[in-house]
Amino acid sequence: MITNKLSLLVGGEAGAGISRSGQLFAKACLRGGLNVFGTIDYQSLIRGGHNFYTVRAETQQVYCQDDTVDLIIALNKETILLHKDELAKGGAIIYDADQIKITKQELSRDDINLIHVPLRKIAKDLAGPQIMENTVALGAAIALLDYDPQIMNQVLKDAFKPKIAQQNIDATKQGYDYAKQNYKDMFGYKLQKTKTDGKQRIFVAGNEAVALAAISAGCKLYAAYPMTPSTSILHFLASVDREYNMVVLQTETEIAAMNMVAGASYAGVRSMTATSGGGFCLMSEGIGMVGMTETSPVVVLVQRPGPSTGLPTYTAQGDLRFAIHASQGEFPRLVIAPGDVEEAYYLTLDAFNLAEKYQIPAIIISDKYLGESNQTTQIYDQTKTKIDRGQIITDTYAGTEEYMRHKITENGISPRAFPGTKNALVRTNADEHNELGYTTEDPILSTKMADKRFKKLEALTKELQNHATVKLHGPKTAKTTIIGWGSTKGPILEAMKILNKNEDKVNYLQVIYLTPFPTDRIKTILQSAKETVVVENNQTSQLSSLIREHLLVDVDHRILQYDGRPFNPQSLAQRILEVL
Amino acid sequence: MVTLDDLKTPKTNTWCPGCGNFGILMAFKKALIELGLQREDVVLVSGIGCHGKMVNYVNINGFHGIHGRVIPAAQGIKLANPDLTVVGFAGDADQYNEGWGHFAHAMRTNMDMTLIVHDNMVLGLTTGQATSTSQQGFKSKSTPYGVIPPMLNPVAHALISNGSFVARGFSGDMFHLKSLMVEAIRHRGFAVIDVFQPCVSFNYLNTYDWFTQRVYKLEEQGHDPTDKQQALQKALEWGDRIPIGIFYKEERPTYHDSLPHVKGLDLPKLSSKPVDVTASMKEMM
Repeated sequence: MITNKLSLLVGGEAGAGISRSGQLFAKACLRGGLNVFGTIDYQSLIRGGHNFYTVRAETQQVYCQDDTVDLIIALNKETILLHKDELAKGGAIIYDADQIKITKQELSRDDINLIHVPLRKIAKDLAGPQIMENTVALGAAIALLDYDPQIMNQVLKDAFKPKIAQQNIDATKQGYDYAKQNYKDMFGYKLQKTKTDGKQRIFVAGNEAVALAAISAGCKLYAAYPMTPSTSILHFLASVDREYNMVVLQTETEIAAMNMVAGASYAGVRSMTATSGGGFCLMSEGIGMVGMTETSPVVVLVQRPGPSTGLPTYTAQGDLRFAIHASQGEFPRLVIAPGDVEEAYYLTLDAFNLAEKYQIPAIIISDKYLGESNQTTQIYDQTKTKIDRGQIITDTYAGTEEYMRHKITENGISPRAFPGTKNALVRTNADEHNELGYTTEDPILSTKMADKRFKKLEALTKELQNHATVKLHGPKTAKTTIIGWGSTKGPILEAMKILNKNEDKVNYLQVIYLTPFPTDRIKTILQSAKETVVVENNQTSQLSSLIREHLLVDVDHRILQYDGRPFNPQSLAQRILEVL
Repeated sequence: MVTLDDLKTPKTNTWCPGCGNFGILMAFKKALIELGLQREDVVLVSGIGCHGKMVNYVNINGFHGIHGRVIPAAQGIKLANPDLTVVGFAGDADQYNEGWGHFAHAMRTNMDMTLIVHDNMVLGLTTGQATSTSQQGFKSKSTPYGVIPPMLNPVAHALISNGSFVARGFSGDMFHLKSLMVEAIRHRGFAVIDVFQPCVSFNYLNTYDWFTQRVYKLEEQGHDPTDKQQALQKALEWGDRIPIGIFYKEERPTYHDSLPHVKGLDLPKLSSKPVDVTASMKEMM
């Protein structure tokens, strides 16, 4: 019997509530004290097609999905055909044999269990909609796993309005009873309520973490145009803007969103927008304007595979160079890559502070895998939220000389006043400008102003010495260093665990700040590595090229995947072993 | 009280002698004086083109943004601080070519701000190419055989996009233009004024004389600016007689009227205060 170590997959057509039921199951695990990772795989369509949600729940911390699954809830035949080979030996498939006819040849496995539950009939008998089949199946899954059904009932009560909740509770009970009667003690996996350290935990997606952090950080304007996989930030913020006194709006284009958040920043409000690659293209000119006007909105780039429309609902890390270089000309910026839901929250807080303090654009680069996967994490510490906006002149300017928005100072940072401040006129300009913000074409002054903007980078680089711009995970003395950035963190941590089972083979260098590039720190760490392996979800290994650019060294091996799917830990460990 | 002297800047004006922009500049300064606005409370937003230099020539708050994006930048400023009087200045290519997409949406959104379009029916600063308001057949460097499609009608477009204040002015009649600006800035909602502004260097067709011979004032012809049908009819008038003045105005809720949760809040100051998100996290447990 395997207890508290389970991967469950719910699969079916789009519109069948796949994501919802996966998340309900995940929450039931969370409330039983388990650590959970949940991720959705869906296609760019509204109805039909094939969607699946994977939940991995264990006593120990889980960082990503597993290569195999133990239990499948199949709401259509495609789910069985596509995923049966991922099923671990002794695993089971819950399905409705009245609806899905599958032959022995089609199944081609005799080491797994087929669990028929009359999902449709039960849903019909309860006079519920067809979509309720998935809750019937959840009930059956809980019975097979011998888990406490009361936990799921409470989850349903919290998720739905009373009438719908009761319908769903009845549905899970029917599924539960059916499985208990017909398949008692036949499944080798169990879930049990487990003791936790008592700290409150949440099950949160990367996009939600970024959105929560924006609220915490005092962001008062969020403007965006829908683009998968960034849209859930808009959905989340739009659903809570009234509670938090925020203005959240959907603009006509990404161009409008970008210029709007820049205008808001000029007028003194913390602002943010989010998009994916295509929208980021449209925002690029605006990002340059932010660099030139020394405003400070936060831009979230949730990557998906390109070029062009690419694979709209899948994951990639192909926009790293784009984020670093987007827009014409040269200006300092921040590019920050969180690797999990904890970093997504705390690094977003940092992004708001650093952007404002240094009056530069801050780009948070994540991807579909991080943005739309949920993970359990400790609740975000609200006492840790510190707001640092740099020097601001509020209410009345008391200086003796005329206020200069772009005053040249020792560190390049000009004290900010916002329009409406008495005795100060605040002028900024996308054209090259003088300290007062008036247009200039003078060669000496133009050089001075360009130098002023880059001077800020020195101060920023100095401050970043107090930030975790990189993290070294695992045994310091390992011979091989795996290098990655962003959402590959989960699969790499899991692969490292597999590889280091018997000896300390590898460690993992996670690069968090991509601009400014933490050259010195990476250099120090790589000095003790005999061999390096870069792992990335892109085709040309953009991180390798950055390492070469900044350190003048080549990495030894590159493991790349660009099929829109995240790495799975076991196969990643295998690929690493093959190159060593 | 703000004076013309207060509004002067140290920048040397680089518009061509006789440029239609001078009339717009003076009308705007006089409108500010008439309205009794404090310099600190007004933000001038401009795009790219000759008009964009407005930021250099009026000593008030200024945001000189990028080509075509006056509206969203100005909206961001207004959303951040609704106490500010926000006036956007755009050019015809700036607004009706590059920024056309924002134009219709701004009418719908109805934020309380003003947009003044310097419409000289040509691209000036790039030394004479056609724009979307160049007349059919207009010969320019980019259209040596004449512009092929018919011109856009920004006034009619503003009307059918639900603009709540739609006007047209002529920079050759500065006092009339000033009074339009005063009304536009006073209007509660999004106000647009399309301003005929002769380009003395690159528009050989639509000159001061050309406009002077044609324009007439709607208010002198008994036009009812609350009648949308009539406004649209007037907007379609083009040829020997071209109307200027207020085509249409209506009082309707502004965008901010639908944001009761931020009413009266000092958002720039609130951005300095951490917000506790525990309530939202509870739903994720």
